[in-house]
Amino acid sequence: MTEIPESLLRRSAEAKAKALGLPVEQVLAEMKGEAPPIPPPSDEPQPEPPRSDDVAAMEEAAETSEEIEEAVESVEEEPAPAEEVPAGPAAETPEIEPEQEAEVPAAPPTEAPLIESSEEAVSSPVAGDGAEGDGGGQAEPAAEPAAAAVATAVEDKPSSAGDGSSAGNGAGNGKVAALVSPRPTVPPKGTPEGVRTQRLLTVVKARAIQTVKAEPTDKVNTWPHLMLMEFGALLAITGLLVIMSVVIHSPLLDPANFNATPNPSKAPWYFLGLQELLSYFDPQIAGVTVPTITGIIGFMMVPYVDKNPSTRPSDRKFAIALYSVFLAGAATLTIFGVLFRGLGFNFSYPWKDGVYFDDLKDWVHFE
Amino acid sequence: MANGNGKTGLRDRIKETNDKLWGSQFAESILRPGSPFKKGYSDSPRNRSYVVMNNVLYHLHPVKVKRHGVKLSYTLCLGGLSFFLFILLTITGIFLMFYYTPSAETAYADIEALSTNVAFGSLVRNMHRWGAHLMVLSVFLHMSRVFYHGAYKPPREFNWVVGVILLFLTLLLSFSGYLLPWDQLALWAVTVGTNMAGFVPVVGNQVKFALLAGVEVSASTLLRFYVLHVLALPFILVIFLAVHFWRVRKDGGISGPL
Repeated sequence: MTEIPESLLRRSAEAKAKALGLPVEQVLAEMKGEAPPIPPPSDEPQPEPPRSDDVAAMEEAAETSEEIEEAVESVEEEPAPAEEVPAGPAAETPEIEPEQEAEVPAAPPTEAPLIESSEEAVSSPVAGDGAEGDGGGQAEPAAEPAAAAVATAVEDKPSSAGDGSSAGNGAGNGKVAALVSPRPTVPPKGTPEGVRTQRLLTVVKARAIQTVKAEPTDKVNTWPHLMLMEFGALLAITGLLVIMSVVIHSPLLDPANFNATPNPSKAPWYFLGLQELLSYFDPQIAGVTVPTITGIIGFMMVPYVDKNPSTRPSDRKFAIALYSVFLAGAATLTIFGVLFRGLGFNFSYPWKDGVYFDDLKDWVHFE
Repeated sequence: MANGNGKTGLRDRIKETNDKLWGSQFAESILRPGSPFKKGYSDSPRNRSYVVMNNVLYHLHPVKVKRHGVKLSYTLCLGGLSFFLFILLTITGIFLMFYYTPSAETAYADIEALSTNVAFGSLVRNMHRWGAHLMVLSVFLHMSRVFYHGAYKPPREFNWVVGVILLFLTLLLSFSGYLLPWDQLALWAVTVGTNMAGFVPVVGNQVKFALLAGVEVSASTLLRFYVLHVLALPFILVIFLAVHFWRVRKDGGISGPL
């Protein structure tokens, strides 16, 4: 067995001790394997405690709700190990429809798999997931009273087989499925003689109790996983910025002079694409239509125009092509404006006439 | 704890001091439950959640994120980096404000003095300028990433709109800062830029007039751009940033993989 940190063990020992009313040290010692286990022992994670709706049985025949409570009590009064059956929260008992009779079949060990109609049988891992996923168990009892499920919980101690006469009453109904708890049939080591660990958790019709709506997603803790990545990204960009700031100086040309227009006059690089357009088209088109309509309003309207619900690239070739054309066009115009525009904003080769771009001019000279 | 020869080892002393320091009432009062600095911190799922929930900065994040979100990729954290650059620009910008007067007579001399007389003045100015360019770039790349992932689709439509506004504000911030050195580059780049704004029909000339505080770039334009750059636009940007981050969380976190 892998080493469990002391703090974790202690925490769960405290919880268990509180539930059982035992001293913490005793439970802790048992968990560590230093003391004889409290019967029945559990080497593995605590099985989910059966809820009271597991303990109750539901059937179509209408009876009074008192009988349900009696039935529930009859199960809970059994000399079961306390850890196995903590009294279910009272709030969950109303899930049983008052009209439905409660039957508590204490199935003899040999009958443990109560599956008689295998068609609607639910495999036990499903039940395990359900109970684990949300303890509340979204019951829908009113939805299908006719398809009422027979839910039983049997403490499979031989002593409880005493009223086996009533067993099978509920199970006799052909429209139920039995759920056997996912606990192993092979008792864990150290199990005292006569204690069986397999038990019947509940018998429900498939989908009668809960429907799973949300798909489980694969998630990781933000701390430390995401934050580590973010911290790395921050360090990288800070490093890049500092190196850039050491190597390239910000430009500072002559003081502003309204009477000396530099040749050429260029806008900041992110507007150079626009300025480039202005040299081709009428300013009404390049100065208005392209930046405001396409740039701002067009971009804002993207999610309302693109009605395609898919996010897979193969489904949205047109959108991707359109954006790629925009991206390539903007990049081309900007690079052209930065490198290939010389005196008088006329075409020039950067390798022949020099680069007319003052922003990145002042590099540190290493000599 | 003795280390065999009956003396207290250095490591134990450090641990003791550390426990005393972080276990003091003062430290306990600062650190919320789950802080990794808190005495007796242990790595448990519960504490991993607390680290995020109980920290004013970290709780921008959800406690858990989808696994694909932490994969190393070319587009990792572009939005976050844009925000980080904004913070860096705020810090360096405050530094620069101590040495700068927005008047046509002194602005250029202030920048010159900043580059030569002030400790780290040149470095901070360079960081501010290149940081601004990088921010324009990273915001734009962030937008491209979002588009290619189709991450603007329902329920995230409105956050895309907010994002476009943020891009626009980023451009305005960068542009308004461009004039402040008051050199030839600043003056004429802004002249060219605002001339383009003048082409907008109906309101074009009014917009241009409001931006320039006149019909052309002048000394009062400098003050106008200064106030826009250091106060008005950052104020608006922060409001939209808050909405943007909040909607990222409310719309279901980062979008799914392709």
